[in-house]
Formats: sequence, structure tokens, C-alpha cells
Amino acid sequence: MLVYILKRSLLLIPVMLGISLVVFVIMALIPGDPALAILGAYATPENIADINQRLGLDKSMPEQYLNWIGNLLNGDFGRSYHLNRPVSDEILERLFPTLLLAGVSLLLCIVFGILIGLFSAIRQYQWPDQILTLFSLIGISTPSFWLGLMLVLFFSVKWQLLPASGMYSIYGDEGWLDLLEHIVMPALTLALVATGVVSRMTRTNMLESLRQDYIRTARAKGIRESKVIYRHALKNALVNIIPVLGLQAGFVLGGAVYIETVFQWPGIGRMLVQAITTRDILLVQGGVVVVAFIYVLINLLTDILQQSIDPRIRL
Amino acid sequence: MKKIVLAVLLTALFAINTSFGAVPKDILVVGQIAEPKSLDPHAVTAVNDFRILMNAFDGLVRYEDGSLNVVPSLAVRWEIENDGKLYRFHLRDGVKFHDGTPFNAEAVKFNFDRMLIKDHPYADTGPFPLSFFFSAIKKTQVVDENTVEFVLDDPYAPLLSNLAYPTGLIVSPASVKQHKKEVGRNPVGTGPYMFEAWKSNQHVTLKKNPNYWDGAPTLNKVVFRPITDANTRVAEMLSGGIDLMVEVPPDNLTKFKQDSKYQVYEQAGPHLWFLILNLKEGPFSNKQVRQAINYAIDKESLVKNVLQGTATVASGPTPKAFSWAYNDKLSPYPYDPEKAKKMIKDAGYEGKDVTFYVTEGGSGMLDPVPMGSAIQADLAKVGLNVKIETYEWNTFLGKVNPGLEGKADMAEMAWMTNDPDTLPFLALRTQAWPDKGGFNSGYYSNPKVDDLLNAARKSSDKNERARLYKEMQEIVYDDAPWAFIANWKQNAVSIAGLKSFSLQPSFLLLLQKAHK
Repeated sequence: MLVYILKRSLLLIPVMLGISLVVFVIMALIPGDPALAILGAYATPENIADINQRLGLDKSMPEQYLNWIGNLLNGDFGRSYHLNRPVSDEILERLFPTLLLAGVSLLLCIVFGILIGLFSAIRQYQWPDQILTLFSLIGISTPSFWLGLMLVLFFSVKWQLLPASGMYSIYGDEGWLDLLEHIVMPALTLALVATGVVSRMTRTNMLESLRQDYIRTARAKGIRESKVIYRHALKNALVNIIPVLGLQAGFVLGGAVYIETVFQWPGIGRMLVQAITTRDILLVQGGVVVVAFIYVLINLLTDILQQSIDPRIRL
Repeated sequence: MKKIVLAVLLTALFAINTSFGAVPKDILVVGQIAEPKSLDPHAVTAVNDFRILMNAFDGLVRYEDGSLNVVPSLAVRWEIENDGKLYRFHLRDGVKFHDGTPFNAEAVKFNFDRMLIKDHPYADTGPFPLSFFFSAIKKTQVVDENTVEFVLDDPYAPLLSNLAYPTGLIVSPASVKQHKKEVGRNPVGTGPYMFEAWKSNQHVTLKKNPNYWDGAPTLNKVVFRPITDANTRVAEMLSGGIDLMVEVPPDNLTKFKQDSKYQVYEQAGPHLWFLILNLKEGPFSNKQVRQAINYAIDKESLVKNVLQGTATVASGPTPKAFSWAYNDKLSPYPYDPEKAKKMIKDAGYEGKDVTFYVTEGGSGMLDPVPMGSAIQADLAKVGLNVKIETYEWNTFLGKVNPGLEGKADMAEMAWMTNDPDTLPFLALRTQAWPDKGGFNSGYYSNPKVDDLLNAARKSSDKNERARLYKEMQEIVYDDAPWAFIANWKQNAVSIAGLKSFSLQPSFLLLLQKAHK
């Protein structure tokens, strides 16, 4: 087990290096340079040269990459030239809101997804299964940005029940009730698609498990039905569900980019969108590396979890 | 059971919501279009950031309420001597920065030296992208505690307007020395409001400066919220989360106008939306075709249907908002497709292909994609086959600013300026061709226009300057190096209860006297 974790963790190094290179190259390839974004209509060649020199953008590409990665290894993410502050400060400030939103959404999708899937599987082809299947499919097919706007339209604009955007009321006490009010709509929106996917996967895998011989044996032995379902069927189904949960974590993190824009959630997703439009290279690179690291970490955890449930899995 | 739990939870959630929706009376919440880049007035270029800064800082001079005339602010009076090469400012006595340090001639010198002297000890707190507004200043000298002088290389008439622009706002030197590069997050000025907090992507909060030299504000706090998505901004306005929003999408403006719970503000500003025409090659090297383009585009319809009344038709290179320098004898080119068609045919360009650069967005660009399509349709009617190439704003600038030669025949562009000098000087002179570091991307060149603009920049007599600008407008109108399309009206919506607030022609947001 320990060897597995160690081996699997070592794999993170090339993955992270690859990610850093890809991000760097993509940022270098998109047209429009940061000096232009800073100067806007006032970008004369002299002003551009001056700014490029101050930002170190006049150096060669490999040199810029090595500088960046070298500093990164020392924990220095550089300075955001659009926000004029250290990238690490900005990311730290934005990380918590994103993790909170993604975490709550993930929790919602795991709890409701598995419950719905389980329920559907037990009542296969009965009317509750059909209704739940219908809802899961609607969930999977609804574009979340649209759902977000509709929620705002009804719950904020029409009925004035929930705040339309933001994380806290600006003149409030920033208490947890305040936070709860603000997180309900973005978290539900973000969780919907993932819940649909998880419930469908759970249903399929549960049906598969329930058809196995050992389930028949367990039932024949006279074990209580609830124990058959939770201890025997679900545990085996989980081996296949857990990787899907890992993928949903990635989906939720990625989805945060547009959900944060719709709900003006002060997270890392919205920061990235803005940083890309302003060509704030270091901020984009830093942000992507951090998000990618979290994603890779979640995958590592899923793999470890999966292995602990099913010891047959080897690297 | 589950349903009951859910119902209880939802009821509880909505029950705690009784206070939601009402902003306290002593706080004004403003919906901004983006997160500010920095709150160091010398380091920023966006109107969005200026809207905050103008309420926390003062300059030596400012624009008079409701016009673009320059009036005293931190300086009580000034003299211009030595043929416009010496500006002497007499400073207001007893003014203090929010950190308690005195505002004096040394402070003014520190501000301009930091921007202009490359080896100044605090020059690394920049970059200062708009410092060239003051590049005519050779030296800033302290005469006594309350007198400061700017010595210029050459006469530079727009200096006073530039000093009234946010780049001329005065920052507390002590705050720069203390916070160094972080001064943009710790702004200290002399303005009606003082900085309280900045939470990334949530809000910037300013609080009342009770000792403001020009009368303390009534509001206790002003909160600026960055809401980048226009739909979300409108939703926040409708649900009571903000009191005032700027840059309302045209689609929503009508709705707000019809609802008595809201007030709508509109103010034409020093903005021009135009098409740069490539004079070096292709159809637009011919003056007749350039004029034909101006006749062929239905500007009334653009303004009314595409922009839904959020702009007025432009009648030349100088926006009407510069009332003193605007030539009111010029009227917009009338819409006359028949005439345009004939002119293009006579010039031998009927059926020719024209490449048209269109941007997806960008500051002051209004609704560039639908506008581009409408123009394309208008030109098709007069026999030009327009091919649109659309680019994201930064890419677009990267293509247009170096000049259109070999790439395109025309391009959309918009400028918002603070002095009638700025746009023509940077974009119409021969000396402003892209290879010389200017923005004349269509290669217009008329020696007479060059002379007029150079003379206007040197004259410190406002009437003389006005005469020169008016003459320049007549020539440019006739030469038609651009298609003159629209002047944007800035708009804002507030709750009906907002008082003593109006939009300024400068496009800056002044909240000193506003209250609810």
C-alpha cells in the first residue's frame, strides 16, 4: 500500500512539469501581448518596449520559462502585472472561495447522486426509477450557465429571495448564514450536471452488482436486504463509482470558471477568465498550475481510495 | 419525510432573508464593470478604475461640474508664463492627506518626479503607462511651501486638461514610501472619501472623509462592486443589490426608463467611434470613395437600431462634448446611398473587395460586431464587397496599431479623450504614422492639418486654439480619412432615491455630493 502511494506520488512530478510547459506555451502562443493589454489605445512602440523591458518579456522564451519555473520551485509565483501584486497573494485569496464552492457542489453531487442512483437501481423500471432517470437526464443535459441565469431571474429578480451574486453581503457581518444564502444557487447549479452523471453511474454499477452470484448467495443465506445492498452490492459498485467521483471533482473545478462568472463568485475561475483577457501571463500560469495540482491531487486520492477498496489494483 | 425536511430547510433559508435587498441609507453601492487594476492613479489607464480614484483623490485642477472646462482644485490659481513654458501653481493651504501628512509643493514634486524621472528612488513602484501626458514637463520645482512650478521644453496647451485627468491626481508621498509597490492596494489621497478596504473581486470600500476641504460628503460609505457580467449587473440592480450601475446594456435601458423605481442618466462625452480607412492602397486611397463611404453608412439607423439610442451621430473628428473647440458648422454626412453608389462607380471601384477589421469588444467600442455587420450591409448596397475579419480586442489592437498596410482596408476604432488635442494629434498627423510611434494607422497626411495641430498645441490662448481646431475639423471632414460614425452617450441607472448625482461629460464618476 505504502509503496503504491509512493510510486503514484512520484508520477506527479513529470505530470506537473508537463502541465507547466503546456500552460507556458499556450500563453506564449495566444496573440496580443500584455503590454498592449496594459496600455490599451495608448500602446505606442516606445511605451510597449518600455513595459516589456520592465516585465522581463524582452527575454527569449526558454529563458522566460526557466526563470518562471525556477522561481516557482522556490515558491515565488511572480507578480501579476495587471493587478500589480504578488500572484501567490491573489491565488491564496481566491483559492478558498473556489474550494468551498467546488467542495459543497461535490458533496451535494456525491450524496444526492449516490442516493438517487441507489434508489433507482433498487426500484428498477418502477415509476420512481423512471422519474429519477428523467430528472438525471435533464440534469446532465442542462447547460449550467443557463440554469444559473434562470435561478437568478426567478429567485433574485422576481421573488427577491436570494442574493443574485457575490459571496457575502458587502455590508453584512460575513457570518455563515450570509454565506449560505450566497452559495445556494451557485452550488446547486454547479452540482446539477455532476449529480446526474453520478446517479446514472451508480445506478448502472449497482444493477451490475445486484446481478452477481454472490448477491444471490447472500440473499439465499438469509442476510437482511439492507445489508445485502449496502455491504455487498454498494461496496463493490463503489470501485467503479469512485473514479467517476474523481472526474466529477475535475468537472466541478472546471465548471467553477463559468459559474463563478455568472454568480460573480470571487474564486480562482473568474480570476483566470479575467487574467486571460488582460494577458496577465504569470497570473494565468500560476492559477492553472495550482488548479491542475489540486486536480492531480484529487486523482491521486481517488486512486489510493480505489486501491484500498480493491487491493487487486496495481500500478 | 425527506420532502418535509427539504421544505423546512427552504422555509428557514427564506425566513432569514427578511433584511435582504435593502442597502442601508448611508451606504451607496456602485456596480462596476470590472475589478480595478490598482488604486494608484498613476499606474492605471481604465475609466473603470478612474471612477473609484476620482472620489479618493484630488488633482491640482479638475473639470468644472457638467463641462470639460478646467477649474481650481488643490491649486487655487495659476500663472502661465514664458510663452507657455512655465506653469506656476499656488496650492490650497492647510490641506492634509488621509494619512495626516501635509499636502504641499514637495508632495506635488514627488508625484510628478516619481512618474517622470526614470532613476527616481520610487520609479520602480510603476510602470506609469500614461505618464507621457506630462512628458512635456522638464522639471518640477518647489518655490515655497505652497507654490510649485512646472518648467516645459516646449509650449504644451493640453497640460491643464491632462492635469485634470485622473493621471494627474496627487498621491500621498508618505504612502508611497511606506507601501512601495503595494501602494496601489493602499491608496492615500486628499479626496472626499478615504480608502477603507479592498477585497479581491468582492468590493472596494471608501468611507467619508469628515475633514474634506470642499465639504464632507453626506454618505458614510461608497462600495464599488466589480460585476463583469452585464446580465448579472442588471440582475443585481433589479434585485436591489446595488444602487447605481454604469454602462447599462442598451437592451435593458428601455426597461429601466419605464420603471419609476429607477432613474436613468445619459451624458454625451468626449468619445468618437469611427472607421480608420487605409489611404495607402486600395479603394480608400481615393478621396471620392472615402467620402462615398461616409454617405453610404446609415448612421442614424446604427445609432437608433443597433445602439438603441445610446449614442448620437458624429459629425467629424472632434466630439461635440468639447463645446469650445467643436465646429458646429459641420453636420454629419447625410445618408445617401444613391450618391455614394455613383461616386464609387465613377471612381472605378464598383464590386471591389474590401477587408474590414472588426473587434469583439474593447474599451469604448460599444457593440462592435453588430455595428460591423450593419456597416457591411450598407456598403454592399453601394457596390462594395466587404469581408469582415473579427479579432479579440488585444489581438485587434496588435493588428491595427502597427498600421493597416497590406492587411486591411478599414478598421473599427474608438477613442475617449480629455482634450480636443489628443485624438487628432495622436492619430491624424503625418508625424503620427505607426512607424513614427503614433496611431495614424490609415496613413492620413495633410500638411495643413499638421500645421494647425502643431500651432494649436503651442498656443496658450483658448480662443486661438478653438479657431485652429475648428479649421482642422473642416479639412478633415472633407478629406474623410475616417468614416465618422457615433459619439457615445455614457449611461447609468440608479435607484429613484439617489439625489445630487449626475454624469459628467468627462465620463468620470463624482460622488462627493450624492446621497440617498
